[in-house]
Amino acid sequence: MKFTWFNLMPWPHLPDDFREKYRSVWVDIPSTLYDPVKGHELYNTYLDELEYAEQLGYDGIGVNEHHANAYGLMPSPNIMAAALARRTSKAALVVLGNSIALYNPPIRVAEEFAMLDVISGGRLLAGFPVGTSMDTNYCYGDIPALTRERYAEAHDLIMRAWREPEPFTFNGRYTKLRYANCWPKPIQSPPPIFIPGGGSLETYDFCLDYDYVYCYLSFSGYKRAKQLMDGYWQRVADRGKDLSPYRAGFAQTIVVAETDAEAERDYREHIDYFYNRCLHVYPGFADAPGYRTIKTLKANVTSQMTRQAVGDVASMSWDQLVNEGYVIAGSPDSVAAQMKELITGLRVGNIFCLIHVGNMPKDKCMRSSKLFAEEVIPQLRDMWPEYRNDDRFWIHPLDSHAGRPAASAVGG
Amino acid sequence: MLSRLIDVAGRHQVRVYEGGSGPQLLYMHGAGGLLANDPFLARLTQHYRVTAPLLPGYEDSDSSAPLRTMLDFTLFGFDVWETLKLDEPMLVGHSMGGMIAAEMAALDNSSVKRLALICPAGLWLDAQPIPDLFAKLPFELPELLFYDPKKHAALLSAGGDFNDPEFLTDFLVGNARRMGTAGKILFPIPDRGLAERMYRIRARTQIIWGAADRLIPPIYAEQFAAGIAGSHVTMIPEAGHMVPYEQTVAVVSSITKLHN
Repeated sequence: MKFTWFNLMPWPHLPDDFREKYRSVWVDIPSTLYDPVKGHELYNTYLDELEYAEQLGYDGIGVNEHHANAYGLMPSPNIMAAALARRTSKAALVVLGNSIALYNPPIRVAEEFAMLDVISGGRLLAGFPVGTSMDTNYCYGDIPALTRERYAEAHDLIMRAWREPEPFTFNGRYTKLRYANCWPKPIQSPPPIFIPGGGSLETYDFCLDYDYVYCYLSFSGYKRAKQLMDGYWQRVADRGKDLSPYRAGFAQTIVVAETDAEAERDYREHIDYFYNRCLHVYPGFADAPGYRTIKTLKANVTSQMTRQAVGDVASMSWDQLVNEGYVIAGSPDSVAAQMKELITGLRVGNIFCLIHVGNMPKDKCMRSSKLFAEEVIPQLRDMWPEYRNDDRFWIHPLDSHAGRPAASAVGG
Repeated sequence: MLSRLIDVAGRHQVRVYEGGSGPQLLYMHGAGGLLANDPFLARLTQHYRVTAPLLPGYEDSDSSAPLRTMLDFTLFGFDVWETLKLDEPMLVGHSMGGMIAAEMAALDNSSVKRLALICPAGLWLDAQPIPDLFAKLPFELPELLFYDPKKHAALLSAGGDFNDPEFLTDFLVGNARRMGTAGKILFPIPDRGLAERMYRIRARTQIIWGAADRLIPPIYAEQFAAGIAGSHVTMIPEAGHMVPYEQTVAVVSSITKLHN
């Protein structure tokens, strides 16, 4: 099993009446709610936590990209990954990822990811999300019905830029480069590639065509993910591919304490903050018309857009969130038991551990992370013994002689 | 009106509505498409031989995948014109269709001789921003589009209820197809450079606006008038953006002035 400690980097100072006063945590949230002085402390705390996760032995440390979003303060995940590249030496740098359709020209992603891979000694794990509609369409103005075509072209350009030894001409519909020439090149050829998906057949096939890892990044937990992941594995089987669990990843909110009761006592308010404040997104921003394919839409359309549904700001309770598996919470043993259910039920080899939650302070975050690392992971580590040697989907860093130790200050 | 599927330039199969007699009129619909038994088109057929294609991406027309840019949409209009061997028809367009019609008139200014733009999209004023149609929920649309939403809301949904989840699901799938197509020229800002091409329009032009248009405010009528030499503005009271449906007779009467 591979465990990545992931930080969404939420803004922890949203007011108590946020949902009543503001329609969305994303896209049009006023930046008067942000305070750069508090932000200074916050970014550095979040980076400390990511570095601490490496010390605890997590296989990867993860960052991602969002725009105008108060629960995801990383418009540029590559800046965070660069900071981490210097201060760590073992963990995979899981950048999940760069929304490749939004970089102009997209060869920028090939270049920056190559830089990260080189600085870190081959520890980059590269995510290529399409990007949410909120980010891609509403914040960055990409035309919804053209996003997927632009994405596919950007993917082709980036992979070719990494692969081709000579400058080449790229005559795309959206990007035209007379001299496509990626300097530097990554150490890994190429870095492992993770693709976030939301259940469309097209994305299953895209991952299988290239042997990329399919990742389901939802906040609604493993019990609700079963049907989608079953669909993925059915497709893997139909395509005649091997069923290595390392072909799949899943994000799960996890909080660990000494006992179940302590978990509720210590983490309840932070879970509440995240699920009831951070996820307050105006439905009009959820899904720009044309962003999803019609096939996907027919299978997944929701009717959360009635006047009544929009007006309903009922909270989700701790009991509901825990019982329905949105959140895995409790003592190390109860968390391990639920994690086993998750791992076998969804057949996943990669877990993105969302252990920092909402407005959780550093001490609680470190305690939960430590308990998970020391008392839960050992119970899960070898859950797929028959795939123990399957290293196709993980990083291949330089060996310890060629790689550098983590940076310390000059003279330090 | 009768309709049929036609093959356009070997590239798209689209549905086209045809009817009436009189001078030829080619109608380009707005982002919402045509309405069921479209009452505005029906009225136009009393004066004209009307040809009204559904764009790719609308109802049972093919996917709009081959259309990406403003030029693609503009050429689609001419491809329909040529496929049906129309003879210098008057061009009429509503909203997004007005934007396409204006582009056609700018592109081929010797063939387009009469033009009626009904609260067209295509221009942008920072001081008078057009609301984000793509972030509106269906139940918010009637208030945005009509002077009298209570009276006319049912037109948008062919009688369905936007607050009924089951109806809404079907609507959202069709809407994603229609608005996904419209987004190619309207998202995120409905400006694809028409302001810089309008000077080419030589057609006799009527600019028709609902005085209570809350989607594209009436001040845009002045901008079109300033950009199209010799054009004439008709401001119609007690009408919003859906002026062809709220004040059908007045709109048709303004259009017919182009032949007087």
